[in-house]
Amino acid sequence: MSAPMTLPPDETAAATGPILSVQNISVSYDGGRSGFWAHASPVKALDGISFDIFPGETLGLVGESGSGKSTTGRAILRRIGVTSGRILFKGRDITTVTGEELRQLRRHMQIVFQDPYASLNPRMSVLDTVAEPLIVHGLVASAEEAREEISELLRIVGLPRDAQDRFPHAFSGGQRQRIGIARALALKPDFIVADEPVSALDVSVRAQVVNLLQDLQRDLGLTLLFIAHDLSVVRHISHRVAILYSGRLVEIAEREALYDTPIHPYTEALLSAVPVPDPKIQKGRKRLVYRGEIVDAGHWPSGCHLHGRCPHATEKCSIEPPPLVEKRPGHWAACWHR
Amino acid sequence: MSPAADRPLLEIERLEVEFDTRRGVVRGLRGVDLSIGRGETLAIVGESGSGKSVTAQAVMGLIDVPGRIVGGDVRWKGHSLLSRSRARQARDIRGKEIALVFQDPMTSLNPLIRVGQQISEVLRRHLGMTRADADLRVLDLLEAVGIPAPPRRAKQYPHELSGGMRQRVMIAMAIACEPELLIADEPTTALDVTIQAQVLELIAGLQETLGLSVLLITHDLGVVAGLCDRVAVMYAGQIVETGSAEDVFERPAHPYTQGLIRSTPRLDDHMERLVSIDGAPPSLLAPPPGCAFYERCPIAEARCATLPPLIPIPNRTAGSVACWRATTNAWDSASVPPGELRAV
Repeated sequence: MSAPMTLPPDETAAATGPILSVQNISVSYDGGRSGFWAHASPVKALDGISFDIFPGETLGLVGESGSGKSTTGRAILRRIGVTSGRILFKGRDITTVTGEELRQLRRHMQIVFQDPYASLNPRMSVLDTVAEPLIVHGLVASAEEAREEISELLRIVGLPRDAQDRFPHAFSGGQRQRIGIARALALKPDFIVADEPVSALDVSVRAQVVNLLQDLQRDLGLTLLFIAHDLSVVRHISHRVAILYSGRLVEIAEREALYDTPIHPYTEALLSAVPVPDPKIQKGRKRLVYRGEIVDAGHWPSGCHLHGRCPHATEKCSIEPPPLVEKRPGHWAACWHR
Repeated sequence: MSPAADRPLLEIERLEVEFDTRRGVVRGLRGVDLSIGRGETLAIVGESGSGKSVTAQAVMGLIDVPGRIVGGDVRWKGHSLLSRSRARQARDIRGKEIALVFQDPMTSLNPLIRVGQQISEVLRRHLGMTRADADLRVLDLLEAVGIPAPPRRAKQYPHELSGGMRQRVMIAMAIACEPELLIADEPTTALDVTIQAQVLELIAGLQETLGLSVLLITHDLGVVAGLCDRVAVMYAGQIVETGSAEDVFERPAHPYTQGLIRSTPRLDDHMERLVSIDGAPPSLLAPPPGCAFYERCPIAEARCATLPPLIPIPNRTAGSVACWRATTNAWDSASVPPGELRAV
């Protein structure tokens, strides 16, 4: 999986190969300055990440705050630049495309944001909001022209017919997220990045949106990168799951393999920390305690980023970062000792 | 044993809270009854706007304009915390015997004051300690909440601490006066899952060593399962079900509780489809006269237009429910996937 796959950009290869291939990408942000006259020093947010997403699958991307999961999504959508590495979409290198080419690319890749309150313009009606991508890409001249199409989109995401002419404030959080999903679907993209799409929603509403995304993925054959910190939701919705820790991918596998037989010590610790809503089970569960806390980007240690907290760490772990290798068929992990 | 010893520490009775807004009066709490015994851990579970945080604020005397308590009572060891004639005593009890931990430690700590000094201020004000005594006690407290190198940490400002460490400081401040009841309002919602687990373990540990009663307010059923003996479920400003944690999770009686549990994905489960509770909670500007869950309930019938009382559930030692069709399995017929979607 991490082996760079060079695919010719023709139709047949795109049908069998990954729709998206992320190859060893790193991203740095401008960091703080150490003094008034000092130069801002770059802070690494992603450190050599590689994975593939195949057509029609949902890949769950999990990590704690600062692990780089949102950065990964933004880099793939070309909202931020990468410092090194390549991103292939349908076999084509999109790492540096610009201008009209980038605009065309964006028709095929869309995003659903976390906060349905902040990501909708309160002064735009639902019709205008969902039609905007169509207008921007010159597919329709005005929102009115797209009324039919948008009525169908709203039906698909489960909003009432009369929603078109109303404004965001008239909708609950779950309904707003449906509007955001309809907007993402408007250009009929093949690939959607959903960045924490249900984290801001209440429990009972969360299930509505999770079910909707699952249905859309299945019925429209979408490919989904589902970014979240909630391992229970990710288990429910994903076919494969990738775990990030401090800017590196530490494990990626089929859902069942990752949750039932995790390989990386960090994945084990993370899974053991997730509470199960069942008192009999939860009160008897044992949590793996890792000392210390996640180190901020900019202060990452040498070697394996987990070595200071990991009970299995040896001297090698503090010197040499472990590569992501296939430990079992289809199950990749980055650890010297597993 | 004196009779005072068997009565609950905290009793909330028919509590009603309203908020004035531009669009009218929001009925935030609509008659809430609750009690917490000594050493007991009670969770209030509910979604945004259900009234769970307002309940905690009412106990702590934090309901301020535009909100007001319009009915009912809050009693601490049998004495009202709301009566005007005992306002002074109530102020002393709050903060000392009842302590509160908020959701967001960054906004509840003063960013300009070193954390050690913030804790010592509590000790000096409530317990009348001298500065030197208080400063020593601060180090003990920081150690008790698992903060490494207390002398160094005490001299730091809140921004120098991580989210988990700040929440530990908040807890240290809350237990500084050795309270009998700790109210924790979404104490781990802003934290990552591994840090959340540490903070919950800390609360459970303190509960045991200090014999604290804990009122935990949360929307996260997983958090409840590990920590609490008893659960109260709130919906639209009312309590719809109470019971032991085991009963509520294994034999939920109210359709809302049943739906809530089955709409929550579990790490150890392989459900193909989550139960989806359609719609959203009713507006509390004009709450429905009958059952507030009527509109969303799959088994609602005509009598549900009349408000069901919160009554004991038959054949259970503790536990009550407000539903005319309690213990009926509400979601089995409704969990069939719609499969109505077609390609665009």
